[in-house]
Amino acid sequence: MGILEVKDVGKRFGGLQALGDVNLSVQENTCHAIIGPNGAGKSTLLNCLIGKLIPDTGSVMFAGQSVLGRTPYEICQMGISRVFQTPEIFGDLSVLENMMIPIFARRDGAFALNALSSVFGQKDILEQAEHMLEEMNMADKRHMHAASMSRGDKRRLEIGMCLSQQPRLLLLDEPTAGMARADTNNTIDLLKEIKNERDITIAIIEHDMHVVFSLADRITVLAQGTPLVEDTPDKIKGHPKVREAYLGESA
Amino acid sequence: MLGLDKKDALLFLIVVAMVVLAPFILNPFPTDSSLAQFNAGYPDLMQRFLIFGIFAVGFNILFGLTGYLSFGHAAFLGVGSYAGVWMFKLLGMNVLLAIVSSVLMSAVFAVVIGYISLRRSGIYFSILTLAFAQMSYALAYSVLSGITNGETGLQLSHNDPRVLGASVNADGSLPVPNLFGLEMRATETLNIGPWAFDFNAGYYVCAVFMIAGFYLAIRIFRSPFGMMLRAVKSNQQRMHYTGLNTRPYTLAAFVISGMYAGLAGGLMVSMDPLAGAERMLWTRSGEVVLMTILGGAGTLIGPVLGAGFIKYFENIFSKINDNVLHGWFAFMPDGLENAVVWILHPFIGKGWHLTLGILFMLVVIFLPGGLVEGGQRIMGLFRRSPKDGAKQDTEASKHPAE
Ligand SMILES: Nc1ncnc2c1ncn2[C@@H]1O[C@H](COP(=O)(O)OP(=O)(O)OP(=O)(O)O)[C@@H](O)[C@H]1O
Ligand SMILES: [Mg+2]
Repeated sequence: MGILEVKDVGKRFGGLQALGDVNLSVQENTCHAIIGPNGAGKSTLLNCLIGKLIPDTGSVMFAGQSVLGRTPYEICQMGISRVFQTPEIFGDLSVLENMMIPIFARRDGAFALNALSSVFGQKDILEQAEHMLEEMNMADKRHMHAASMSRGDKRRLEIGMCLSQQPRLLLLDEPTAGMARADTNNTIDLLKEIKNERDITIAIIEHDMHVVFSLADRITVLAQGTPLVEDTPDKIKGHPKVREAYLGESA
Repeated sequence: MLGLDKKDALLFLIVVAMVVLAPFILNPFPTDSSLAQFNAGYPDLMQRFLIFGIFAVGFNILFGLTGYLSFGHAAFLGVGSYAGVWMFKLLGMNVLLAIVSSVLMSAVFAVVIGYISLRRSGIYFSILTLAFAQMSYALAYSVLSGITNGETGLQLSHNDPRVLGASVNADGSLPVPNLFGLEMRATETLNIGPWAFDFNAGYYVCAVFMIAGFYLAIRIFRSPFGMMLRAVKSNQQRMHYTGLNTRPYTLAAFVISGMYAGLAGGLMVSMDPLAGAERMLWTRSGEVVLMTILGGAGTLIGPVLGAGFIKYFENIFSKINDNVLHGWFAFMPDGLENAVVWILHPFIGKGWHLTLGILFMLVVIFLPGGLVEGGQRIMGLFRRSPKDGAKQDTEASKHPAE
């Protein structure tokens, strides 16, 4: 049994069958890539995992518990963090504050009326946030307004925010889109390092095959809402159906 | 100092000094001079500065931090007022009793109204709070007149039960609100040359609560809780997907700001033990919104400035009449004098709303950050060298909610 078990999940938007009977099993401490052409339903699938969408049919189990019927914050507190396709950060807050919030959420839970102590007096949290900023190579931007950063920087911040929660399952939706090559490589290295050091399972959606093949242990190819094949990266590379449906198209 | 960083501590000390010395600061003109009408240092008005300052500081905790714009906060002002007067009637004339019951009662109302209204955000939230406040007004005005005494307003009477005190004084007069015997209306006047300064007991009671309330607001702004509230304003989605439940955060902010409003109501009736339904009217709710935006929403000092500004206008500008204008422009030739007075006439006296409205529009258009932004720009002019500018920007992002 994998840490994430998706069974027969279907989702329909009006007349469009965005997902049809998706089955997916992600093993613990592996990196599982989901690839597929635009509009294949990759983001929709992730939305069904984190409570943003409720699937019409099927079940989603995480670590033996169903995520369906839970609110997004409960699902996150179970140990699933997500990086979005368009960066979701706290634009009005400073970069450092952005980084502190998920650490507070991990320490204090979904709500804490911590109204009298000073934010910057919380040394343990400040330290962890600073540390994560260093890892993301963003320490020099700590006092910047988060909204004023480039798209690539926002995304790196978001990845850092998700990592600092130390999730058991990290969902990445095109994490390197809009990043400079150097930052992409840096992000790959960081993810690899984290995968080796910690108990973390990663599910990644990515169009950049360089990223996919450097990280993934297994790959699922999604097309028109249904998984086409699932295999190891080497097998996927040579698979005729995949070449035709996806790699061929984008090449 | 006091658990505040240097900048905040300085701001706090300035506010304390201003509040304590207000009887001097607000009475700069000698009593007999023609400018004496601009003096604002009389007890009644000074109390109002502080009470509305408290109201606005509390409102800003909700609106300034979370961005939830309540159009019904006057309901809590009214609830606090009624609760306070009932305390005077039933229990005793000590203002502490009244104030405590005002704050608790408004907290109860805020929990209920907040719990329901916060199911929606944006304009729908505003409309829900407005609807609640108007319902409260209607209840107070007619339906519940047994409790609120309807149109007349709730006041002390000769047959109040008053467990901890007499219903009527020995000489037949009604007892007055006091703090362990110190009457709120007690005033000492200090005469220095042509100047006169009033020191009023009620004012200093308000001052203590205002300073405590302001201090608490600073602590909340700088706390993890305050940061979460700003995060709510910035991106609720991200909050949810970071494992944070925004509901209790917004509800806590709503209740806290409702309690500030209740405190303001309690202080109002402590100064003058009379509560009327019009205190809940939507114009009152709108007033606190104006105060907060005019001063600078989301800033610490803004709401205090906004409250002072509007109350000053309401009380001082409204007293300027044509005769006063004629006095000012007497140096002009008659025809011109009359013309100038004729032009200015709509903006003074009862027309003060017009002047305030224009000023409000100018501030919103040219200084979206309110009076605080105006102040910062003026300061900036004085000490701007290119290098400094960059430094200031990073400072600003360090304390975005100043
Ligand atoms: N909330 C929604 N309402 C209606 N249709 C939607 C919604 N979300 C997604 N869709 C549609 O479902 C289909 C799958 O969308 P999805 O975003 O999952 O694709 P994707 O595989 O992530 O594509 P991309 O690579 O471009 O991100 C698309 O046709 C999209 O237009
Ligand atoms: Mg997508």
